[in-house]
Amino acid sequence: MAAKLLNSRLATLVLLAAIIAIVPLLAPSAFYLRVAAVVWVFALAALGLTILMGYAGQVSLGHAGFLGIGGYAVAIGPAQFGLHPALCLVIGAVLAGLLAYLVGRPILKLKGYYLAIATLGFGVILALIFHSESQWTGGPDGMQVARVTLFGWRLSGAANWYWVTGGALMIGAWIALNVGASPTGRALKALHDSEVAAAGSGIDVSAKKLAAFVIGAIYAAVAGGLLAAMNGLITPDAAGFMHSIELVAMVIIGGLGSVFGAVVGAAFLVVLPQALTFMHDYEQAVLGFLIMAFMIFLPAGIVPTLRKWLLERLS
Amino acid sequence: MAEFLQLVFSGLTVGAVYALVALGFTLIYNASDVINFAQGDFVMIGGMGTVFLAAAGIALPLAALMAIVGAVIVGLLLHKLAIEPARDASPVALIMITIGASIFIKGIAQVVFDKQFHSLPAFSGDTPIQVGGATILPQSLWVMGVALALFVALYLFLEKTLLGKALLATAANRLAARLVGINVTIILALAFGVSAAIGAIAGVVVTPITLTRYDVGTLFALKGFAAAMVGGMGNPLGAVVGGLLIGLLEAFGAGYISSTYKDAVAFVVILLVLFFLPRGLFGGRSVERV
Repeated sequence: MAAKLLNSRLATLVLLAAIIAIVPLLAPSAFYLRVAAVVWVFALAALGLTILMGYAGQVSLGHAGFLGIGGYAVAIGPAQFGLHPALCLVIGAVLAGLLAYLVGRPILKLKGYYLAIATLGFGVILALIFHSESQWTGGPDGMQVARVTLFGWRLSGAANWYWVTGGALMIGAWIALNVGASPTGRALKALHDSEVAAAGSGIDVSAKKLAAFVIGAIYAAVAGGLLAAMNGLITPDAAGFMHSIELVAMVIIGGLGSVFGAVVGAAFLVVLPQALTFMHDYEQAVLGFLIMAFMIFLPAGIVPTLRKWLLERLS
Repeated sequence: MAEFLQLVFSGLTVGAVYALVALGFTLIYNASDVINFAQGDFVMIGGMGTVFLAAAGIALPLAALMAIVGAVIVGLLLHKLAIEPARDASPVALIMITIGASIFIKGIAQVVFDKQFHSLPAFSGDTPIQVGGATILPQSLWVMGVALALFVALYLFLEKTLLGKALLATAANRLAARLVGINVTIILALAFGVSAAIGAIAGVVVTPITLTRYDVGTLFALKGFAAAMVGGMGNPLGAVVGGLLIGLLEAFGAGYISSTYKDAVAFVVILLVLFFLPRGLFGGRSVERV
């Protein structure tokens, strides 16, 4: 019974909705709501990576590049072409998906280290383009993003963004859970365990991997668009190598392959720097230390470890 | 022609450094199957350590030596505290561990040192030498000479000494090496120590040309990695050729196409090599065990 509940999709969604609903009641000021909104956005990006890394077992060390595409779409579209930001969010997601589709085919043939380095190189090239094409992107300093107006309602303030990002995360989690339970999701988990066995049982391995890569890219682009619109600013760093590493760290620290893991990992890595501002100089050192410590001592991640512990206690 | 020669000189100079970083990668990869993303940070420790020790009044050669020893200690600690406890982790987990280590080293370096760019005086003056219409800095000769000396020394060490042969044996088959009485743990530590020393030496000689800062390691690591991959992962000769090739392509790309995308050259090369020659220029045929 307890095990069933812990593994059920509905329970995950209800719990996530409850958390999103309760946080504003506990938050003492708008600042906390803002931090929480950032957590939801990164959780959304990490969810896409969870589908790619957790379900399909394929790593991407350049995922922030897709985040950058979404962010710059929302920045450039309204500024240069006068398009509505919401439309640009969709355009960014489509562009990221298309690009993932094009580069995914050759990249996903690679395995292990080779896949890691190819995705890393791809991400660095994207970040360099954002950095260098200053007539479009504003160069190293980034560019302002126009305020968003939806149906005459001006979207601003921490509370509004909290609900928009929370809603986006709910939709993202719902899709991710359903993908996981779909034939594609089961195919991904099968090829994660053994590509040869999966191919042997009739799964089109490269098509399924590509699907996971494209879905992950779209998640990242939507998250990037929301982040840029919320911050009113996008810089090339958002697409940079460090950011890609942070996204992977969120997925791994939270727990590979678990939807809640993505949320917990995102919360961990977003809240931690805020909590550590008093030792600001050591922020980078602490981040590096935590990545190492988690990979060595808790390789399964927080959520799966907790779940296992809970199940053992209950049975 | 003079311009071409000029680009060749600058390409070979940075290429020699990439080759050294790639050699460090190769050494650790062969011994332990780990891709060490902190390899570039050894270059940074060599450069920054020398700068700060020299600023504290220590003579330059001694400061450089101390910085290199410091990097070796960091390399040994990295192996002991981060790699050894995670021996059975997956490749991706090991990558994340060394990336974590790299971030950690950078984080400590910006506190211990600072966040500014630093340079060292050139070892034998700044008067450029005229060669065929182009000029070459004496420091470039230092970089290439030291790189060459290190290649030869490493080759002799691996081929002619018992310890070197033990390292090669461990690389070939860890279990078999243990069976013939090789202390594999010490050998792995040795690989990390030697790699760190190679990286730090590269850092000392290249700092007068390229400057150094707490975060220069990332690009060195990525490009050295590209070099190792172009040459075929695990092949020392391939690492050297790959390093020089990446350096030359970068110089030509910056000279003839666009200097804005100089840093992209290495990654475009990585992607092309992976797509068309997935085992690198000198890599063997790919055989997959099921």
